[in-house]
Amino acid sequence: MKNNTILRTERLHAHYILDVYGKAKVIKAVNDVDLAIQEDEIYGIAGESGCGKSTLLKALAAAVEPPLRIISGRVTYRIAGAEVDVSTLTQEEKRKLRMEYIAYVPQGSMSVLNPVSRIRDTYRDFIESHISVHQKGEAFALAKEHLTELGLPVKILDAYPHQLSGGMRQRVTIALATLLKPRIIIGDEPTTALDVVVQRGVVQLLKDVQAKLKNTIVLVTHDMGVHANIADRIGIMYAGKIVEEAPTEKIFSAPTHPYTHYLINSLPKFGDKSPRESVPGSPPSLANLPTGCPFHPRCPHVMDICKQEMPGYTQVASNHKVACWLVGEGTHGKAA
Amino acid sequence: MEKLLEVEHLTKTFTLGSVISRVRITAVDDISFYIKPAEIFALAGESGCGKSTTARIIMGFEHATSGTIIHSGKKEAKNEKVWFTEGIQAIFQDPFATFNPLRMVEQYFFETIQNYKLAKSKREAIERIDAKLRLVGLTYEDLAGKYPSEFSGGQLQRISIARALLTDPQLIIADEPVSMVDASLRMSIVNLFKQLRDELGVSVLYITHDLATAYYVCDRIAIMFRGKIVEMGTVEQVLMAPKHPYTQLLRASIPEADTAHRWQGEIRLSDTEQDEYLRQGCRFAGRCPMVMDVCRRVTPPQFDVDGALVACHLYAETKQ
Repeated sequence: MKNNTILRTERLHAHYILDVYGKAKVIKAVNDVDLAIQEDEIYGIAGESGCGKSTLLKALAAAVEPPLRIISGRVTYRIAGAEVDVSTLTQEEKRKLRMEYIAYVPQGSMSVLNPVSRIRDTYRDFIESHISVHQKGEAFALAKEHLTELGLPVKILDAYPHQLSGGMRQRVTIALATLLKPRIIIGDEPTTALDVVVQRGVVQLLKDVQAKLKNTIVLVTHDMGVHANIADRIGIMYAGKIVEEAPTEKIFSAPTHPYTHYLINSLPKFGDKSPRESVPGSPPSLANLPTGCPFHPRCPHVMDICKQEMPGYTQVASNHKVACWLVGEGTHGKAA
Repeated sequence: MEKLLEVEHLTKTFTLGSVISRVRITAVDDISFYIKPAEIFALAGESGCGKSTTARIIMGFEHATSGTIIHSGKKEAKNEKVWFTEGIQAIFQDPFATFNPLRMVEQYFFETIQNYKLAKSKREAIERIDAKLRLVGLTYEDLAGKYPSEFSGGQLQRISIARALLTDPQLIIADEPVSMVDASLRMSIVNLFKQLRDELGVSVLYITHDLATAYYVCDRIAIMFRGKIVEMGTVEQVLMAPKHPYTQLLRASIPEADTAHRWQGEIRLSDTEQDEYLRQGCRFAGRCPMVMDVCRRVTPPQFDVDGALVACHLYAETKQ
């Protein structure tokens, strides 16, 4: 079988180590995450605020800076057929990879675009820092061509960010991130602050980009509706761990982990007014995680073993793995 | 029919820009609606549709340019501010911004009791606070001596609701009450509104962009677009069989958590918001797939279509 894994993590632990009045405080944001993200797929990561999903993205994008530290495990990219451990790369190599190999689309587009320069100047700065442009007009022509390809109006190049609507700004950010045709695009809640109609437009653009470039998108959002519309596979994250991973249809039709189960079944649906319940209790603090399975204080099926030990992954079906004692002890290993 | 709150021809105009390039934006444009006792009424729409401005006017944070607000048959007058706010309490979007991080949460409760003279002694006050907290699944013990940072967003939102209940209001205005609450806890807040309506007969003005929770919890709904109410009726009428092209677009754009209903087709987005506010005639005309000549010239009145109000020229044949 051909190996299509482009982005892999193996038993990744990433913690923030803070110094609070001389005492070290550890925030365990990513705990034991095994991911194997394929080429030409949209991988969704779902989780609530404070579950460590943004930290995981930082690790994936090789943007780990103190106080965040990789405690153990590793992140590898497959570049030109060879797996490369990200921690062995130099600053300069990372800078080269960024935006050309792996691009990042953040949540707040207003804080990304420089408010005092026109969109065309942002494009020029961006292009000039990555490609050697010999003529002044060349960068502009490239930007124009790219926008036309994505179906965005070229006149926005002359606008300042505040003159554009939120949806248009977010689409400009996506256009910027995809300009150099990166193999991996990481989106951190790219549609969260947007209205539903605009959100649909942005998701449409992301899908178009992926279909054109045949690359990989890692999309983080807490909105299960967006995942249902765009993701091929979904990983459910809870307290720094991926507790369940499966193709999108399976996550929605056969959620297996109790947390996933609650998450899916608490969503209101049109045409169905039957009572829905939230997960009991509150999400745990990453600075003070419960022992064993971190979901055990809220789980209605809790057993003794859950309080003591975290289970590994059990394959309940092909491509569907769950970390829960209800389905078995499970194992850890190199994610396929 | 008894009406708890009536909003009539409410208009709010903001002026933007300097003396030279002044633009007047009508954020709320001649809207009318009413809320019945023991009813959850949703005011829904995208950002910039004027729903929060409407709520701020009702709560008295903004002055209306014109129009009236009638509460239990009485207009708001200056000397009746206390009576007015006692009957109408509010909760807000961001539970972490509602509470000052340096003040104990219980102080907000005692302050409300003092402002409305709800108790004669401290013991009586604590009893009242405890009773209201129990309605939202907490007790006075749970928050005595604690600061906001010791609670989760969901808990703080419950505490906000308990605080609002102190005055025994007939109406709670909830401005996006669940959009900042963790996904796994949202339904617990929404269910609480249902419980308050059914057990205490409290009405809720639920302001939201989330039509799925609106459908789940509300009785009637008004959809706003660029300052106008474009469609109003029961949630079944408006959300299950939307008539206005904008409501149809909005409804179709909601990402449903169901892989069988993925989005189909392409949509058009507006480039800037200001253009639509300043548009003549129907403000949706620039993006409407069914646009006619008359839409660009004449602002559509509200037509009665099978009991729902729809502001769209497509329904001009039916009686006004």
